[in-house]
Amino acid sequence: MTLTSKTATELQALLQKGEVTAKEVTEATLQTIEQHEEKIHAFIHVAKEEATKRAEQLDQEAANTRGRLFGVPIGIKDNIVTKDMKTTCASKMLEDFVPVYNATAIDKLEAAGAINIGKLNMDEFAMGSTSETSFFGNTLNPWNTDYVPGGSSGGSAAAVAAGEVPLSLGSDTGGSVRQPAAFCGIVGMKPTYGRISRFGLTAFASSLDQIGTMSRTVEDNALLLSVIAGEDDNDSSSSAKEVPDFTAALTGDIKGLKVAVPKPYLGEGVDTEIVAAVREAISVLESLGAVCEEVELPHIQYAPTTYYVISSSEAQSNLSRFDGLRYGYHTENAENLEQAYFRTRQEGFGNEVKKRIIFGTYAMSADHHEDLYVRAQKTRTLIAQDFDAVFEKYDVVIGPTAATTAFKLGETGGDQLVHYANDVLAVPANLTGRPALSVPCGFVNELPVGMQLMGKHFDEETLYKVAHAYEQATDFHKRTPSIQEGK
Amino acid sequence: MNFETIVGLEIHVELKTDTKIMSPAPAHFGAEPNKNIHVTDIAYPGVLPTLNKKAVEFGMKASMALNCDVAPIMNFDRKHYFYPDNPKAYQISQDKRPVGANGWIEIEVDGKKKKIRIERVHLEEDAGKLTHTENGYSLVDLNRQGTPLIEIVTEADVRSPEEAYAFLEKLKAIIQYTGVSDVRMEEGSLRCDANISLRPFGQEEFGTKTELKNLNSFNFIRRGIANEVARQEKILLSGGIIQQETRRYDEATGDTVLMRIKGSANDYRFINDPDLPEVHIEQEWIDRVRKEIPELPDARKARYVSELDLPEYDAHVLTLTKEMSDFFDATVKAGADPKLASNWLMGDVSAYLNAESKELHDTPLTPENLAQLVKLITDGTISSKIAKKVFTDLVKKGGNPADIVKEKGLVQISDEGTLRTIITEILDNNEQSIEDFKNGKDRAVGFLVGQVMKATKGQANPPLVNKLLMEEIKKR
Amino acid sequence: MTTFSKEDVKYFADFVRIGLSEEDKENFSAKIADLIESVSDLKEVDVTGVKPMTHPVAMINVLREDEPKDILDREVMLASAEDQEDGLIKVPDIL
Repeated sequence: MTLTSKTATELQALLQKGEVTAKEVTEATLQTIEQHEEKIHAFIHVAKEEATKRAEQLDQEAANTRGRLFGVPIGIKDNIVTKDMKTTCASKMLEDFVPVYNATAIDKLEAAGAINIGKLNMDEFAMGSTSETSFFGNTLNPWNTDYVPGGSSGGSAAAVAAGEVPLSLGSDTGGSVRQPAAFCGIVGMKPTYGRISRFGLTAFASSLDQIGTMSRTVEDNALLLSVIAGEDDNDSSSSAKEVPDFTAALTGDIKGLKVAVPKPYLGEGVDTEIVAAVREAISVLESLGAVCEEVELPHIQYAPTTYYVISSSEAQSNLSRFDGLRYGYHTENAENLEQAYFRTRQEGFGNEVKKRIIFGTYAMSADHHEDLYVRAQKTRTLIAQDFDAVFEKYDVVIGPTAATTAFKLGETGGDQLVHYANDVLAVPANLTGRPALSVPCGFVNELPVGMQLMGKHFDEETLYKVAHAYEQATDFHKRTPSIQEGK
Repeated sequence: MNFETIVGLEIHVELKTDTKIMSPAPAHFGAEPNKNIHVTDIAYPGVLPTLNKKAVEFGMKASMALNCDVAPIMNFDRKHYFYPDNPKAYQISQDKRPVGANGWIEIEVDGKKKKIRIERVHLEEDAGKLTHTENGYSLVDLNRQGTPLIEIVTEADVRSPEEAYAFLEKLKAIIQYTGVSDVRMEEGSLRCDANISLRPFGQEEFGTKTELKNLNSFNFIRRGIANEVARQEKILLSGGIIQQETRRYDEATGDTVLMRIKGSANDYRFINDPDLPEVHIEQEWIDRVRKEIPELPDARKARYVSELDLPEYDAHVLTLTKEMSDFFDATVKAGADPKLASNWLMGDVSAYLNAESKELHDTPLTPENLAQLVKLITDGTISSKIAKKVFTDLVKKGGNPADIVKEKGLVQISDEGTLRTIITEILDNNEQSIEDFKNGKDRAVGFLVGQVMKATKGQANPPLVNKLLMEEIKKR
Repeated sequence: MTTFSKEDVKYFADFVRIGLSEEDKENFSAKIADLIESVSDLKEVDVTGVKPMTHPVAMINVLREDEPKDILDREVMLASAEDQEDGLIKVPDIL
């Protein structure tokens, strides 16, 4: 077994005992990346020098001061700012942008001894679900390179699935961690809104965005979240709720767990093989002592359009700061201020981003504000109330993470219209601020399928507990994509 | 046809906090360019606003002092527009739920009292500073970006330039009393725009208004409004119509100049800022902040008139600034006669401050030593004239007035014997004047008194000199 | 069918300062029309008396004490700007 096929938890044990050095792990990691990148292109930037230097420094640290992720390599989605390391958001707009500060999550990773191996590819400004809108070219699915890894955190999912890194950070505004996790056969968690500081996460839609954790096992995921969660003075929406050690929740005991399965989640629009895989998973949970019942969610059908209006409206606001005056790309062809604005933004943004900005502006404009934007916010309340009612009686809501397996490259034409069946599964967690996790639950035509568990606010522990129990009862997480075997 | 002037005012006041409203960068006037900045002020990717508690409390305080209701729940909204001094391309402001609403302040013009209603007081961020150069580019300084502001919006209740002036004078005094701002127009911590329209007397609906900007002093505001009213009147009388536009006051000519025609396309696309949680203001919080508001100018004015018997005018002038009013109160408390203390503060003290462009706190003068000076006059130790000499020293160097009097030998001569000797000598040398007086020329006495004062270097006790002089003349 | 003309595209793109080629206008006109069509289902929702949800997790009174910290070095900030002069960020003029 190679170093890079080990989980973060396994690496930790070796590193803490001094059986391997951080430098050895880093070298093995960089070597694996070099081996796979040509095929999957998960990284925008591999921080070879920085990571090597950091590993050498870490190896000097006294054994008793080593943090919980000491020497563990991690990849970072390229919309999370890293001081002195380019952060592009996969956009020409930030092609050469070097941040002057670290995201809080990055500071926490550093304090825990993790090694930032580099910045991961994504859809431009996290807008998309295939990673095809990246200015730096698309990422491919390690299970089959004719397919996309999903998105927008496609690089984060592919790198973990391919064994390039055991852990990565993604971001999830409308399924952007969970859907690629499902498409790439790994574990992806979008925690409760406010669980992880958003300070340093480039905003797409501020009321929906949350950094997410990606790993090959549930245990690794719980470990990573334990390290980066917590209140932050720099993020007023971060929660003061105490952060437990999430790995302590992995007891394997889910007897009496009350599971709700929304009828639409296994209905029309979801591939029948995926429905079958999730039904099979539900029966596994039942065999472990869970009680599963079907429930109604009266407003769930409006979740995709609600999401689309709110996310685009907030996006047009958040992305207005990119004007090339203080940082970032700026046009060479401007004779005055207005030309500079118009041309910089014309040349710097890709089409998907422009389309959403223009649509968001329409939805927020005086004539449509009440009818679209405010109406969507009200519908959001109704959707949240539906879930509140379900969670009064149940501990988790279960369904597929995505309605299909990974799309073929180019299948969506890079054009991200509302993908109704997928969005209805993905966006409610963001609209309601609830935690949701995807765990591998099968394969269809050799492509992974994910099961989604959604929980009560700030109850990531239950999600980890259930996912872990399920994972231990099945073998899906043990399969590795062909790329890892060098096929 | 006669027109009624309708004016509504929008006043921006910079709050005197140590840090910005949405970032922990320092917020103070006069730093080197781009030195008071935090990553949030540059609008880097990933930055988030953090709300300054003191700015909120200052907003509450100002609202209460302006008789507004304080919002039980407020939030912040994003107001979108592109400009280089606005890095996020949105300003964090308050749209539907401002900190204060439904207030008023009372003004007095030509002896008539009137309430001007205040529609709202909202908190927001100031923008940075954009300077145009001659060379085809502009320069941005983001020090001011994020400085906390309150915007105070009046109802269209102002009916003349004089009312606008009186309103601003009163507003400035109230805000300054609360301590939330320096309210200095010259430093930009108080800024005012005026919305001006005319309508025929008796007409219900308002006419088309113009917005007047660049009003950088109270006098400019008064003159700017008057000139804009005259301009609109001329247009209306010649059968023209008023365009909805923004105009600029030209300080050199006093005229108002067109800046831009207002289009309908001013769509700020307000949204409730998801980055900032709601602020709930409980009664207990309101009560706590209210306790920090000092006695305001109107209350002090009333007290000066009713308890200290000061004329209305004195009470008004003394309460224009808190510093002056506090100084007056302390001087009276230190034992000075209120009217004399008022005379000194409104007279010599103010004249000195104006001439030297100083504030009270820039001088070594204290309420205690001003009170001592006043007491030296009332107990007859020195004359008012001598007191002025003592004051010149006092205001420059400070110290105890009694010591200055002693040191300079300025004690008043009230000894009858000493004075009688001097008077006798002067009468001996001025027989013509005695003659004149007896022939009914009263002026002759003035001359003689002057001679006595000259001989005593002004230290003779004036009433006593008068009395003795008359006695001695009658003897001849 | 919903229409969103090329003029509409320009009208809204102007607010957010996005320059457009003729091709862009045509492209976005069709795509945004589709989008508007697909979000029209929101009109069916009975939202009478429903409060808009602006924050996914309700929090109140998150306030910062008024103490300066984390001041950004000016030269570090200016390094990423397009151009600078005497500590100020140089930007194109209005005209």
